Amino acid sequence: MTADPTPAVEIRPASAVEISGVTKVFNPGGTNEVLALDNIDLNVDAGDFVTLIGPSGCGKSTLLRLVAALVDSTSGTVLVNGKTADQARLDRDYSMVFQKAGLFDWRDVSRNIELPLELMGWKAADRRRRSAEMLELVKLVDFAHHHPLELSGGMAQRVAIARAMSFKPALLLMDEPFGALDEMTREHMQNELLRIWSETETTVIFVTHSISEAVFLSTKVVVMSPRPGRIAAVIDNDLGTRDDTARDTPQFFANVSAVRRVLRAGESQ
Amino acid sequence: MGLKRLRGSLRQVIVFSLFVVLLMAGYSAYKGFGQSIDDAQTDWPVVGSILPRTDDLTMPSVFEIIAGVFAEPRGLNEAFGSIVLREAAITLREAAVGFSVGVIVGLTIAIVLSSSQLLERALVPHVIASQTIPLIAIAPIVVIWGRKNMDFLPWEWHDWMSVSLIATYLTFFPVAINGLRGLHSPSSEALELMDSYAARRGQTLWRLRLPASLPYLFSAFKIAATASVVGAIVGEISAGVTGGLGRRILLEAQRYTTGPERLYVAVLGAAALGIFVFLCISLLEYSLVRRKGTEAIL
Ligand SMILES: Nc1ncnc2c1ncn2[C@@H]1O[C@H](COP(=O)(O)OP(=O)(O)OP(=O)(O)O)[C@@H](O)[C@H]1O
Ligand SMILES: [Mg+2]
Repeated sequence: MTADPTPAVEIRPASAVEISGVTKVFNPGGTNEVLALDNIDLNVDAGDFVTLIGPSGCGKSTLLRLVAALVDSTSGTVLVNGKTADQARLDRDYSMVFQKAGLFDWRDVSRNIELPLELMGWKAADRRRRSAEMLELVKLVDFAHHHPLELSGGMAQRVAIARAMSFKPALLLMDEPFGALDEMTREHMQNELLRIWSETETTVIFVTHSISEAVFLSTKVVVMSPRPGRIAAVIDNDLGTRDDTARDTPQFFANVSAVRRVLRAGESQ
Repeated sequence: MGLKRLRGSLRQVIVFSLFVVLLMAGYSAYKGFGQSIDDAQTDWPVVGSILPRTDDLTMPSVFEIIAGVFAEPRGLNEAFGSIVLREAAITLREAAVGFSVGVIVGLTIAIVLSSSQLLERALVPHVIASQTIPLIAIAPIVVIWGRKNMDFLPWEWHDWMSVSLIATYLTFFPVAINGLRGLHSPSSEALELMDSYAARRGQTLWRLRLPASLPYLFSAFKIAATASVVGAIVGEISAGVTGGLGRRILLEAQRYTTGPERLYVAVLGAAALGIFVFLCISLLEYSLVRRKGTEAIL
């Protein structure tokens, strides 16, 4: 008997997200018209961990929400898994995590994680099984039946991540998910996120204000500059090891300096 | 935690009872005081002219009122309290039906209006205007209309159903207004989250907007429940139906001089019914909306 020649891997389009020539104008024609994004091109490969960094108001959230099809672009195209962003939304190709965990406080932790599965019409038994699996992934097994108001900020954010990952979307969009956490919790959550990312092979687009967070987490750092929102540089970021020890390597510090230089240059323009 | 809650509600019962005692003491004190002004025929310059005098007819004593609960009215061998209880049951049925229909109507209005800003802007003023029409004006119309035009229904229309309809008129309003606020209460982030999961409108309504509305709805239900009792009583009085607390209050008012305490008992019965329905809603809320940080008012 010969071995089955077909490899046991899922075939995904090489580009998870393709943004080309995207411009976003808020309130066009009004006195409060804002050119939030100006002619953005960006490619995110499947399996990448891309961070968007830049000063406040440079359009990071807007770019993320364009990918999520929560806002429409004024011109240009956004493709997610080779489809229009809105089709990808309808197909549940991605999941979002916001700065606020946004858990529903009338549901316990486990039922919060099941929310997207309910919306997708999963059977109760399957939902239970998956939420248990997710609780293990974010290490909150003992908190399945706690209520959101009984959780710390970090725990709540882990539940939000579990909820986002529950249906195993190919793409995870995160808008400053750790922005409201203290430094210690934040580093812990970063380690956890990297672990989950490497275990699940999800593509991540991650918005942050923190240079060290961007350098520690990502395979690619996208530096943006404001007024109008543009991409100042895309920096490939390879630290070799992908765990907590990377924080103290010379490569880490070198990359932090590189990102800082580009950010400063964008500011002084 | 259970013990703490129990102790909490025990304390509430004690405070409530103390308040009742205080109320009775205050009533008795004023009665004694007002009567002494009358008896002495003194012209206390301030008190005598500002505070009304009183006598046993206008203010029967607390003991007479309590005795009135157990006394059997002439020609009947049933305690007056038990008669009031039976009347209260009639009113309760009218109020409960009126309340239920009012909740359904109010929720429907809230859901329809919340689905479109245009509808909301256009129709909310009408909903508010509906409450400026005095109940006494619409009550007879509803009754006459009910007697004449309800024969298309598969069941027979009774006058008490008209009274329920009058109660509905008072109950749908707080439910509609608070419900609308509750349905709009989810944050834009929560709504975007549902959008990002490609949730359908109905799913967002059922899994986000409605549960988020529950605290708003329950405060409306409490107002609506007591209003439904008021509506039923006013409805009975102005609609000329037989039976019910409203009818009883009217009757006892007409023969007040032969037994003032009976009117007091009937009115207190109405108050007790209002408190009773309020407590029922609070209990329901306590069992449904038992989240941490939300204490049920009981
Ligand atoms: N819904 C909207 N209506 C009008 N203007 C908007 C809207 N959303 C964003 N903007 C504008 O677009 C620009 C980019 O906003 P965006 O929220 O994307 O910035 P950001 O990089 O995420 O900032 P921050 O780091 O503070 O979160 C800002 O000038 C903002 O005022
Ligand atoms: Mg932002």
